[in-house]
Amino acid sequence: MHKVIRTALAACCLVAATGASEAQEKLKVGVMATLSGALTSGGEDGVRGVQLAAKQAGNKMAGRDVELIVVATDASPDSALRAARKLVEQDKVQLIIGPLSGSEGIAMRDYSKTVPNVTFVNGSSGALETTFVNPSPNFFRFNSDGAQWMAGLGEYVFKDKGYKKVAVIGEDYSFPYTQVFGFALGYCRAGGEIVQRQWVPLGTKDFGSVIANIPDDVDAVFLGLGGGDAVNFLNQYSQTGGKSKFIGGSIMVDQTVLSSRGAAKRLLAGTPSSGAVADSWDDPRWKEFVKAYQDAFPADKRFASPSLFATNYYNAYNAMAKALDKVKGDLSDGGAKFRAELAKTELDAPNGKIKLDDNRQAIATTFITEVAELPNGDLTNKFVKTVPNVNQTLGLPLAEFKAVGLPSRTNPECKR
Amino acid sequence: MATLETRSPSIDAGARIGLREAIARQGTAFWIVAALLLVMPLIATPFWLVQIIAYAIILGMIALSLMFLAGYGGIVSLVQMTVAAFAGYLVAILGDSAITQISLKWPWWATVPVAVVLASLFGVLSGALSVRTEGIYTIMITLAIASAFYYLSLQNYTIFNGFSGFNGILPPVFLGVDWGGDVAFYYLTLGSAALAYAAVIYVSRAPFGLALQGTRDNPRRMAALGFNVTAHRIAAYGFAAVIAAFAGVLLVWYQRQISPGTAGVGPVVDILIIAVVGGLSRPIGPFIGALVYVLLRTFSLDLLELVGLDGKRFQLLIGLGFLVIVLVSPDGLIGIAERVKGRYRRGREARTAEMGGPGGQP
Repeated sequence: MHKVIRTALAACCLVAATGASEAQEKLKVGVMATLSGALTSGGEDGVRGVQLAAKQAGNKMAGRDVELIVVATDASPDSALRAARKLVEQDKVQLIIGPLSGSEGIAMRDYSKTVPNVTFVNGSSGALETTFVNPSPNFFRFNSDGAQWMAGLGEYVFKDKGYKKVAVIGEDYSFPYTQVFGFALGYCRAGGEIVQRQWVPLGTKDFGSVIANIPDDVDAVFLGLGGGDAVNFLNQYSQTGGKSKFIGGSIMVDQTVLSSRGAAKRLLAGTPSSGAVADSWDDPRWKEFVKAYQDAFPADKRFASPSLFATNYYNAYNAMAKALDKVKGDLSDGGAKFRAELAKTELDAPNGKIKLDDNRQAIATTFITEVAELPNGDLTNKFVKTVPNVNQTLGLPLAEFKAVGLPSRTNPECKR
Repeated sequence: MATLETRSPSIDAGARIGLREAIARQGTAFWIVAALLLVMPLIATPFWLVQIIAYAIILGMIALSLMFLAGYGGIVSLVQMTVAAFAGYLVAILGDSAITQISLKWPWWATVPVAVVLASLFGVLSGALSVRTEGIYTIMITLAIASAFYYLSLQNYTIFNGFSGFNGILPPVFLGVDWGGDVAFYYLTLGSAALAYAAVIYVSRAPFGLALQGTRDNPRRMAALGFNVTAHRIAAYGFAAVIAAFAGVLLVWYQRQISPGTAGVGPVVDILIIAVVGGLSRPIGPFIGALVYVLLRTFSLDLLELVGLDGKRFQLLIGLGFLVIVLVSPDGLIGIAERVKGRYRRGREARTAEMGGPGGQP
């Protein structure tokens, strides 16, 4: 018994010691991604995005070898906090890419304030509050938030598609609230009406009652679901034989869903949506990125085209590398110089130019898209148009934007 | 009358001797582990101290409350994690957090007792609801209560703040010590766990604990002897809930936030796994199970990548680890240790018998 304990203790100390001595050699970069739960497929693609960026840079940042340390979360703030603490306290990273999901982002904003020497570059979390309310000086977001991703979609579906009344189905957490918020701002100003909102828990398996509750007299249903929930909803909706038209949230019609197995996803054909990427955009930089992604991973271990998670994580790595180059890899001052540089970094990303505002929040391009079927049967997001330079207030003056209030289950109301 | 007067002190004395005996009966292993835990801040890094050992101790306390119910009362309750999470939520709601529109900002000395009392009351109520059932039905009812609480906390925004829950909950500063500091927090959890551990051992030998074990082995006979079986079981729920509630307070101070993820069906079942993997036969089992659980949870992804496998299959490794333990030893890690000890002792007895044989011959 004593011997066992002593050996166990020695093993513990050894693990701790090796952890400490490696810190000088390689530049450790922590990567947080949702590798379990409803958003698993998105998390895996986010990791692919980082791996691709690292590979293109020869696994180096500012001349130093990079070691990626991936930690798993399940989209809950608790799991994100545990994962981040492990990266900071055990692996001693000074740079973290992540998290992926909205409420995780809010938790990381608050956690990052307690570790001022660690620099966080958001993976793809898109809650508005993360950078809009009490932003943290060491949390940077090079992707637009969920509301920015919806810029222009409301006007588009009202005017071009003629949807006058819609119902909303979304997961019950901050990111879908933010998406509906962004959609509703434009949609209601254009004259549309949201007659019903149904919020389901993240990870819902049975959508039966939700589907039965969809009103008959709406022109379309806005779907703010993602990952496994989106696929479950579509399967069950197709079994009921429903014929509604849909409007997709950014991760509803993303490759994480469009590449899923089964026929139900075909319901999405023709669905208008908007987000940070458009699969069929013919910009040369985007095409180059898609090709690099397709070449880097075998076809059965990736999506047909990089999802917005892969793209955002890819951009996060590159933004970090670019700023680190400028300071010649020097993080000895706790990263202060690096962060000053990062705040100024402008990225010529595959999905358009990205720069940061004073809250370290991206001002970037939004793409309006429509789901279309390719000749080989793959579904893709057909490019419709871009909305360039979308800022966090969606072009509204700050005071007017603040007067609308923060995204929630019911805000903005959008009734006639 | 006279018998009564003599009997009550004799029980008292018996319990005291029992306690002293209990201390004296602990083997060297116990003292080594105790000493090691006491000097742990000198040898372990802050990460190991708080994120691994303190976290394992907190989960161990919650699993200990289940072990008490299951081991001594024969009641498998899945509501223990929910009791802990409820206590954690109460600390966030009554005390201070970053969600200023809900939190009431009471001082810690008011928050903690109220949180523990209310959470214990919740534990007693769930006990009262499920106490007349046995086996699988108890599991079903307590699981139903646990999921109901989970969905309530997930969907209620006025009290529980929905999916995001509460963040920015800090451990208190009192007696001039910041109990959120690594070493202070470690000793706080260690002290609480030691108290809970001692309390479980004491109660298990006290008349109440013995009667409870009686109701586990033969409830009808205990009822015939005049014991109120239902009342004993509800009291057991209450005692277990107090331990779980204290652990819940520590848990929320450890996480510095609480959201429905803490009370989800996953964590609820994890507590059962911890207790079963550690072993339900002795109070130390849950703590060993919790340590194994935390180590697997934290390092399985790194371990897989270290041997060149795909890291995203880490949950498979966790599952396999538990499966192997339960297959090899149905009574958990404690069972393995006992068997090894038993074999060693038998071997030694055999050797002394052999040596004694010729030595006894003049």
